[in-house]
Amino acid sequence: MSTLVDPAIAPEKVSVVSWKGTIALGIFVVVAVGLFVGLPRATETSTFSLATGTDFVQLPNLVMPTFATTVVAIVLLAVLAVVSALLVRAKRRPPLWLTVGFALVFLFAFLTWASSGPLPLQVPGLLIGTVTLSVPLVFGAMSGVISERVGVVNIAIEGQLLAGAFSSALVATLTGNGFLGLLAAAVAGVLVSFVLAAFAIKYLVDQVIVGVVLNVLVIGLTSFFFTQVLSPNAATLNNPERFDRLPIPVLSQIPIVGPTLFNQTVIVYAMYFVVAGVYFALFHTKWGLRVRAVGEHPTAADTVGIKVNRTRFINVSIAGAIAGFGGAFFTLGLVGAFGKEMTAGAGFIALAAVIFGRWDPIRATLAALLFGFAFNLQNVLGVIGSPVPSEFMLMLPYVVTIVAVAGLVGRVRGPAAAGKPYIKS
Amino acid sequence: MSDTTAPVATTPPPRDRFTQAARDIVGGGIGISILAVVLALLVGAVLIATTDEKVQETAGYFFSRPSDMLSAIWNSVFGAYSALFQGSIYNFRADDFARGIRPLTATLTFATPLIVAGLGVGLGFRVGMFNIGGRGQMLVAAAAAGYVGFAVPLPPVIHVLVAVLAGVAAGALWGGIVGLLKARTGAHEVIVTIMLNFVALYLISFLLRTPGALQAPGSSNPKTAPMLDTAIFPKLLGPQYNLHAGFLLVIAATVFVWWLLSRSSMGFKFRAVGENPHAARVAGIDVNRVYIIAMVLSGALVGLAGVSQVLGTETNGFSAGIDAGIGFDAITVALLGRSRPWGIFVAGILFGAFKAGGFAMQAAEGIPIDIVLVVQSLIVLFIAAPPLVRAIFRLPLPGSIKTPRVAAIAEEAK
Repeated sequence: MSTLVDPAIAPEKVSVVSWKGTIALGIFVVVAVGLFVGLPRATETSTFSLATGTDFVQLPNLVMPTFATTVVAIVLLAVLAVVSALLVRAKRRPPLWLTVGFALVFLFAFLTWASSGPLPLQVPGLLIGTVTLSVPLVFGAMSGVISERVGVVNIAIEGQLLAGAFSSALVATLTGNGFLGLLAAAVAGVLVSFVLAAFAIKYLVDQVIVGVVLNVLVIGLTSFFFTQVLSPNAATLNNPERFDRLPIPVLSQIPIVGPTLFNQTVIVYAMYFVVAGVYFALFHTKWGLRVRAVGEHPTAADTVGIKVNRTRFINVSIAGAIAGFGGAFFTLGLVGAFGKEMTAGAGFIALAAVIFGRWDPIRATLAALLFGFAFNLQNVLGVIGSPVPSEFMLMLPYVVTIVAVAGLVGRVRGPAAAGKPYIKS
Repeated sequence: MSDTTAPVATTPPPRDRFTQAARDIVGGGIGISILAVVLALLVGAVLIATTDEKVQETAGYFFSRPSDMLSAIWNSVFGAYSALFQGSIYNFRADDFARGIRPLTATLTFATPLIVAGLGVGLGFRVGMFNIGGRGQMLVAAAAAGYVGFAVPLPPVIHVLVAVLAGVAAGALWGGIVGLLKARTGAHEVIVTIMLNFVALYLISFLLRTPGALQAPGSSNPKTAPMLDTAIFPKLLGPQYNLHAGFLLVIAATVFVWWLLSRSSMGFKFRAVGENPHAARVAGIDVNRVYIIAMVLSGALVGLAGVSQVLGTETNGFSAGIDAGIGFDAITVALLGRSRPWGIFVAGILFGAFKAGGFAMQAAEGIPIDIVLVVQSLIVLFIAAPPLVRAIFRLPLPGSIKTPRVAAIAEEAK
């Protein structure tokens, strides 16, 4: 490309660097010093257990001296923050690996500090739980990404998940077939989406309004039917069989990675395909180009012959199917029965993951995994005992998210036409 | 698309004034609102009837004796809605007026926090911000007002005032964090408010189980001590009714928000930023400052809802569930009120009535209170889409000068 541009008329390159990221790193260094040095652990070593029974190779337990490890980590973190500061001063953007490396070191130090004591921290368990708890978040985030990319704000993820959970439990119990339950979940998600699309696209109602109200409607409907119909007949209507874990031969025996990724239920394997599919379809197919065109500039899309409202209708329905499918994980993958308001705000966390991930399927998935990791960390550390009051441990992931969103993600820009109805004139 | 009508080249036929007035009423805003409520109640009736055991039983022999099923339907629906009415407006079975009117005061008591939290969320909407953080703002406000209320003895009147101010300030602070982060770093308010809800929840849970903070002395439950008498809102209509002075504060807050939005220059800036932040910036409005101020005010108003809960309704001490979902209900209230102060006021009272009546219906008829959520959300949906309601009832457009036949064709054509 550069050879084609005459340097004389090429626009001057303006690089915008911001101190926000560096300041955020600095805050994390202060947090690290405050936690690891300010509140040192009484016990001297931290043990990480890395193996599960079915692995090829049984990895030995990793035993780290708690205090020394955290001090080394603090020095590393400080160095990385200083490097970032120097780069910004030199008007250069700190590379992504710096942020990622910083996050990993911080996480490792935190785990070392928090798990200090005689009981080992089960690393595979931590990661398996992370994937498990992220599943509905990832499906919800994919639904949000597609819907918002095509220009319809999807606050109704929560409702889609809940509708999927409800109908999958009901249908899987009635038919005795989990796969029909999954299908029913997707259909329920489409129905919720259909209402969203009808009101937002045909009746031009504000999309945020429809989304919020749909959540309330689905919570009301499912809770009503649960109390009135499912609860009294729990054995015949709300007793689906859960999907079993399905270990993939060979792959599931790789230490750490195997049990985490390849010894899961069908729904989790479906998730891998959905994420890859959404990424590929959005950025490497004609369909994806059309979707993004409609979401960014519907008038231009219309001019070249794309039917804006039809594209929106179809894709919002697809988004609903994905979220509904993910909702089935609550009943068929996790609990084994529908419960009132069992999604408990997962749809809103998924929405946060969409924005955190800047409307990109891969980044949104990573954000959803981060939230899943945070939820699971609470459980795991709760078992081995945590050094600070448990409420503050529980709070930490949310505080970290706020700092990260304020410092690292910054001013995000969604699809330009999201939330605006398209009126052909 | 909804407001455009196909140009019709006929001269308008002369209309008499009363037909036109009647047409405006059924086709206009108020008529649509009433019809939306009717439609939502109809859907609710269908749900109640289809899940009623008696109805299901009689449906088995519908063709041999249809009257059984019809009367079962009537009984289930009429029973439910009369319980809803008697639980929220007036109880006909009471001995005297003083007892009969008690449900109406319960409605106003339930409406108190809903209105003021709705005002907070609605204010955010007018500036183009989506405040889902009502839960967190209510919790910190309740904690601050509650702490002053039971742990800081002060002379009578002053005590209430200090407690209210502490709560409102805490809510304002919690909302202000969101505004500050949005203005300074561009952090999206949806993420930050959701995250702050959890932070507040865990913070309050910690304080509630820490002796010397919020936990009642000598108790191991995560609950506070009862409020001191000097800090409790006085009952407005005597001790037999729950309605408390918080309702007066809420009326004052509604007047304030109305004045702020439609009579002050700050309100003009709010609305300008809400309509189009870029244009507002070009016009010389400090958009970031507006974001901060709006979120501070929004948090303060939602905080007042938390204050009214601890100093008015739940004065025997509170736990982490003190917000009772009001932070989320407030979003629906604000939407139903279309973010207009007096609209929110009316919407809050309507939802308060549903809440009061819903509990009565659950107790008397065994119908889950969740049906109220269904009816409420359907009302908001129908009101938000007037063309849909018009299509269902085959109503003409308001102010339409076409003959009904032409209007029907225009309606079909959409």
